[in-house]
Amino acid sequence: MQDPTVIRFEDVHKAYGGVSVLDGLSLEVRRGRTLGIMGPSGTGKSVTLRHIIGLTRADAGRVLVEDRDVATLTRKQLRELRRRMGYVFQEGALINWLSIAENVALPLRENTSLSEEEISERVQAKLELVHIGDTGSKMPSEISGGMRKRVGLARALITDPELILYDEPNAGLDPEIARSINRQIRELSEELDVTAIVVEHRIDCIRAVADEVIFLDEGRALVHAASPEEFFQSEHPRLLRFFGEAETKENL
Amino acid sequence: MSFLRQFLENTGFLFSLLFKALTRLDAVPRRRRMIAYHMYNGGIGVLHVVLLVGLFMGMIVALQTGIELSRIGQQDQIGIIVAISMAREMGPFITATILSATVGSAVAAEIGTMAVSEELAALEVMSVDRVRYLVVPRLVALAVMCPVLTVICDTIGILGGGFVASSQLHVGYQLYMDSALDALLPTAELIGIPKDVYAGLLKSFVFGVIIAAISCAQGLRATGGALGVGHATRGAVRDSIIAIIISNYFMTWAMYQA
Ligand SMILES: Nc1ncnc2c1ncn2[C@@H]1O[C@H](COP(=O)(O)OP(=O)(O)OP(=O)(O)O)[C@@H](O)[C@H]1O
Ligand SMILES: [Mg+2]
Repeated sequence: MQDPTVIRFEDVHKAYGGVSVLDGLSLEVRRGRTLGIMGPSGTGKSVTLRHIIGLTRADAGRVLVEDRDVATLTRKQLRELRRRMGYVFQEGALINWLSIAENVALPLRENTSLSEEEISERVQAKLELVHIGDTGSKMPSEISGGMRKRVGLARALITDPELILYDEPNAGLDPEIARSINRQIRELSEELDVTAIVVEHRIDCIRAVADEVIFLDEGRALVHAASPEEFFQSEHPRLLRFFGEAETKENL
Repeated sequence: MSFLRQFLENTGFLFSLLFKALTRLDAVPRRRRMIAYHMYNGGIGVLHVVLLVGLFMGMIVALQTGIELSRIGQQDQIGIIVAISMAREMGPFITATILSATVGSAVAAEIGTMAVSEELAALEVMSVDRVRYLVVPRLVALAVMCPVLTVICDTIGILGGGFVASSQLHVGYQLYMDSALDALLPTAELIGIPKDVYAGLLKSFVFGVIIAAISCAQGLRATGGALGVGHATRGAVRDSIIAIIISNYFMTWAMYQA
């Protein structure tokens, strides 16, 4: 039997100021699977993720999470759902007047009744997981972009979500850290059966973490591949143009 | 037409925000540290400005009216005029203007920056209520600090007026102070504190609420990067001052005419 579908887009349309961004997007992610999304800049990858967590509403079509239309959830149901989700923002989106540790602790402080010791223990563990165990007392403005990105990741993981949306988790990271982060993403999926969507421009990341890959262009899933191998070997003219012919063929 | 629509939209958003904040005051105990921080920021942080402006305002009023009064031999009345104009109008208005230009603009910029850098979206994703977390602490802090600073402004203004009266207009300091206090005290009919003082404080409490609500609303609705934050900041100061002036007239009318 196949795993149940966790995320489903049904013919989703979304326009901003008359300009169409999503134009009939359909996709599906099953429990425990990781979907990679690639596509040109400004094509609506972040917008797609925002629909899933209820930050944006579709103009037409439906976005279903666990078979429930996100747009029709009550505030309470949406809170329930979000508590089980993690969202890694493209730019980190750290609260600028809270320290790194306070940022990571925020979801626990606000929504749970854990003791302060327990919270700081968990925060430290997550910070170490993303290799910034010694920055807890710094402010977001005092650390680099790549570090902010990792704080955002630690904050998204602090509640041990079942469903994680990563918006370019590798952006701004050096290759060594990026590999380690990719390993983390993979482990979460394999060991804890986390369902995930990873938006990423870097081929090595998609290769390392994705089970399936779609190419988002002109508001639709132009290419849908059952594995990264299939995706990067595709002869689709749009993909060849996107990656540069040689690189796809050579299988970078 | 689009201007009118914009105005109605902004006003609607403002009042719904204010309503939400007032119905979520249950967040106060939990956010007491944040409230204390914003009180410190909005109180101690602008105290020197209030002292300076209040002092000179009192001196100006004393000088302006003193010259006229001494022409008709009534300079003993300076104390009354300075005390009443500071307590009724000058103190609340000056303090509110200073607060909207300093604290209000900072609130709009802080929250506006959060809006354009997806921090508000992050709060929402983490199920942190933005009204309880961002608006209520600032609202409470400003609603408390505005009257407190007004009392300080009134006091320093009256003292400044006394300095001018005694040094420039040859009114004895003691005489000045007696007439100033006399002016404020006999109206203590209602609740034990002088009417001119509590009327002024009631006004400044409302001003504090207005500044906080308008500045938060401007910040929350900021879009479009640094430009949007600048726009929100400017809008917050402009709208606060307009709202202060207009509400001031109606409150004065309600409290002294009716
Ligand atoms: N709130 C908004 N208001 C207006 N337009 C928006 C908004 N959000 C997104 N857009 C527009 O939607 C389009 C897609 O944006 P999105 O951020 O999803 O791109 P992306 O695929 O994530 O690009 P990148 O790879 O650069 O992150 C862009 O053209 C953007 O201008
Ligand atoms: Mg994006």
